[in-house]
Amino acid sequence: MKGTDVLLDQDYKYGFVTDIETDTIPAGLNEDIVRLISRKKNEPAFMLEWRLKAYQRWLTMTEPAWQRVHYPQINFNDVVYYSAPKKKGDGPKSLDEVDPELLRTYEKLGIPLQEQKMLAGVAVDAVFDSVSVATTFKKKLEDAGVIFCSFSEAIQKHPDLIKKYMGSVVPHSDNFYAALNAAVFSDGSFVYIPKGVRCPMELSTYFRINAADTGQFERTLIVADEGSYVSYLEGCTAPKRDKNQLHAAVVELVALGNAEIRYATVQNWYAGDKQGKGGIYNFVTKRGKCAGAHSKISWTQVETGSAITWKYPGVILQGDYSTGEFYSVALTNNYQQADTGTKMLHIGKHTKSTIVSKGISARFGENTYRGLVKVSPKAEGARNYTQCDSLLIGDRCIANTFPYIEVDNHSARVEHEATTSKISEEQLFYCQQRGLSAENAVSMIISGFCKEVFNKLPMEFAVEANKLLGVSLEGSVG
Amino acid sequence: MLEVKDLRVSIEDKEILKGLSLSVRAGEVHAIMGPNGSGKSTLARAIAGHPSYTVTGGSIRYDGQDLLALAPDERARAGVFLAFQYPVDIPGVGNSYFLRAALNEVRKHRGQRELDAMEFLDLIKGKIKELDMDPELLKRPVNEGFSGGEKKRNEILQMTLLEPKLALLDETDSGLDIDALRIVADGVNRLRNPQRAIVVVTHYQRLLNYIVPDYVHVLVEGRVVKSGGKELALQLEAQGYDWVKPQTVAAH
Ligand SMILES: Nc1ncnc2c1ncn2[C@@H]1O[C@H](COP(=O)(O)OP(=O)(O)OP(=O)(O)O)[C@@H](O)[C@H]1O
Ligand SMILES: [Mg+2]
Repeated sequence: MKGTDVLLDQDYKYGFVTDIETDTIPAGLNEDIVRLISRKKNEPAFMLEWRLKAYQRWLTMTEPAWQRVHYPQINFNDVVYYSAPKKKGDGPKSLDEVDPELLRTYEKLGIPLQEQKMLAGVAVDAVFDSVSVATTFKKKLEDAGVIFCSFSEAIQKHPDLIKKYMGSVVPHSDNFYAALNAAVFSDGSFVYIPKGVRCPMELSTYFRINAADTGQFERTLIVADEGSYVSYLEGCTAPKRDKNQLHAAVVELVALGNAEIRYATVQNWYAGDKQGKGGIYNFVTKRGKCAGAHSKISWTQVETGSAITWKYPGVILQGDYSTGEFYSVALTNNYQQADTGTKMLHIGKHTKSTIVSKGISARFGENTYRGLVKVSPKAEGARNYTQCDSLLIGDRCIANTFPYIEVDNHSARVEHEATTSKISEEQLFYCQQRGLSAENAVSMIISGFCKEVFNKLPMEFAVEANKLLGVSLEGSVG
Repeated sequence: MLEVKDLRVSIEDKEILKGLSLSVRAGEVHAIMGPNGSGKSTLARAIAGHPSYTVTGGSIRYDGQDLLALAPDERARAGVFLAFQYPVDIPGVGNSYFLRAALNEVRKHRGQRELDAMEFLDLIKGKIKELDMDPELLKRPVNEGFSGGEKKRNEILQMTLLEPKLALLDETDSGLDIDALRIVADGVNRLRNPQRAIVVVTHYQRLLNYIVPDYVHVLVEGRVVKSGGKELALQLEAQGYDWVKPQTVAAH
C-alpha cells in the first residue's frame, strides 16, 4: 500500500523553537531545587510543605516497570525542572504586556491569544515551558463567577480552594511520577465553576514545551460545584529535538452533585523522528472524582504525538448514579509507543461507565490498551460497557489489549468487546477507484474508524483532530 | 477509447487472463459474458488498476495514453469507473461525505470548481430520486449494512455523479429486483452518449434487453473465445457456454 507511506511521512509542523530569553535553573533535583521553585513562585508556606512532603515520599519510591513501554533509564538529575520566559517586573497584567515573540509563537501554533482573533467561545490559558503566559477572556468568565487562571495565580488568590481540593483525587503519594510532579510542578491551569453555573464558553489550556532539556510538570485542577457544567480542552506541542524530554503532568477533576465535567485532550507532542530518535515521554496521571450523586465526568483523548504515551485517565465513581466516560484515540507511528487506557472505580450505587478505545498502529508502532473496571461490594446495580478496537497499518506494528475486570457485587453488569482489523487493500482500492488519492483514502478510513471518539470532541476541535491524524500518519501506508 | 491487447494477468502467480484483446470505441456498449471464474472481474479490475492483479504481458491503452502507467486513482480521475461486483464497507465514513469527496477530486482534475456541502446536497438529491433510492442511505456509512441491491444502486449513483468516460459495470444486475433492474438500466442508458463507452459484465440476457449492447464477447478461461452482436447473448441464453468452449469446438 504505497499511498500510506506518503501519509505517514508528513513533517511535524510544530517542531520550531522560539528564541526567547529565559530564566532557567540548573539541572538536577534535590531539596534546594524544590525550595527554589517554590521561592521563584513566591508561594505560601503550605505549598512548600506539600512539595517537600511529596519530594521526601518520591525519594522512597521506585519507577514502575509493569507498563509495556521501553525506554532507557531516565537520570532525574539531568532534567531541568524550571524554565520560564524572562519577564519584566511582575509579569504581564494583560495581553498587551505579553512578549510579542510569545504571541507570535502561539499564533504560529494556530492559537492566537488576542481575543478578537480567537475562536469565539473558547478561553485559553497558554502555558509556555514552566509558566502560564496568558489567560484570555478573563473578564467574561469572571462575570459568570467562573475562575479560570494559572495554577500559580490560584495558589495566591484562592488558597482555600487549592488547600481543599489539591491532592484530593491524586494524592502526592499516588505514584512515582505524581509524587515527582507534586514536588516540582511549576504551573498549570485552575478552574472553579460555582454552584449551578453553566460555564459560558469552552475552556482550554495550550501546553508548549520550548526550552531544551527541560521537563514540563504542570498540574491542572478543575472543580465543578453542585449542578455546574464545564467543557475543557488541552492541546500540547513541542519542538523537534534529538533528546527525549519528560512531561509528567497531573490532572485532577472534582465533580460535586449533579455537576458535569467534559475534559478533552488533543496531544501532539513531538513524537521523535522516523528512526525513533527524540520525542517526548508523556507520563501523566489524570483522574476525576464524581464526588456527588448524579455527577458526570467524561474524558476524551486524541493521542497522536509523544515518543511514549503512558496514561490512564480514570474516574472514581463515588456518588450514587454518577457516570464516567472514556473515549480515546491513540495513534502510534514509526517507533512510537503507547500504553494507555482508563480506570473506572465503581463505588456508589447505580454508577455507570463507558469506555471506547481506538488504537491505531502503523509501521513499528506499539499500542497497548490497559483498562481497569472495578466494582466495589457496595456498588449495587453498577454498569460498564467497554469497547476496544485496534486498527493495524502494515504488519510490523503491534496492538495489545489488557482489560482487567474486578467485580465484587453480583448485581453489576460489565460488558467487554474487542476487535482488531486492518485497512484492507480492497477498501483502499475502492476509494482510489473513486478518485481519492491513497493518502486521502487512508485518512478517511482512519477517521471513520475514530468517529465515535471524534464525535465527543467540541466541534471546532473535531476538525482539528481529524487533520492531526492525517498529519501524524502521513507517509505510513506502504 | 479502450484498447486491450494480448493482456496477461496473474493473481498470486496464477495466470488468469491469458492473452486477452478487446477494443472499445467511444459511444459503444460492450457486454462481456462467460462462465464463473473465467476472468471477467479480473479484466475489469485490472483495467481499473487493482494492486493484487499483476499484468505480466500485453498493454492497455485508454484515450491515447498507457493506462498501465497510471495509479488507480489517476485512472479514476481520468474517467475510468468500475462498478464493483462486491462493493466494500467503509465503517464510520458517511456515504454522502464520501461521494462529495470523490466528486470533488474528479472535478478538481477536470479544472472545475469544488462543490460545497449545500450545492452537493442539491445535486445528489436529484440523482437519488432518479434511482429511486432511500435518501437515508446518504447518511449511513458507505455500504455498511446496505442490502445487496442497495449496494448495487449505490454504485450506479456514484457513476451518474462522477460521469466517467469509460464505465465498467461488473454484474451490476445481480441482486437487483425486477423494478430495480429497470431503474438501474435507465440510469445507465441516460449516460449513453457518443463520447462515452460502457462495458457491462453480466450473466443474464435480461439486462441486455434494457441496456442493448453493440457487441457481445464471450470470455472463457482468460480469453475472448467469441464475439458478436446482441444476438449472441440470446444464443448463449438458449444454449449455454458449452458450444463456445475451446475443447468443445476441438471435439467436433
Ligand atoms: N485473490 C485471488 N487469489 C487466487 N485466485 C483468485 C483470486 N482472485 C480471483 N482468483 C481466481 O481468478 C479466477 C477468475 O476470477 P474472476 O473473479 O475474474 O472471475 P469472473 O469471471 O468474474 O467470475 P464470476 O462470474 O463468478 O464473477 C477465478 O478462478 C478465481 O478463483
Ligand atoms: Mg466476477
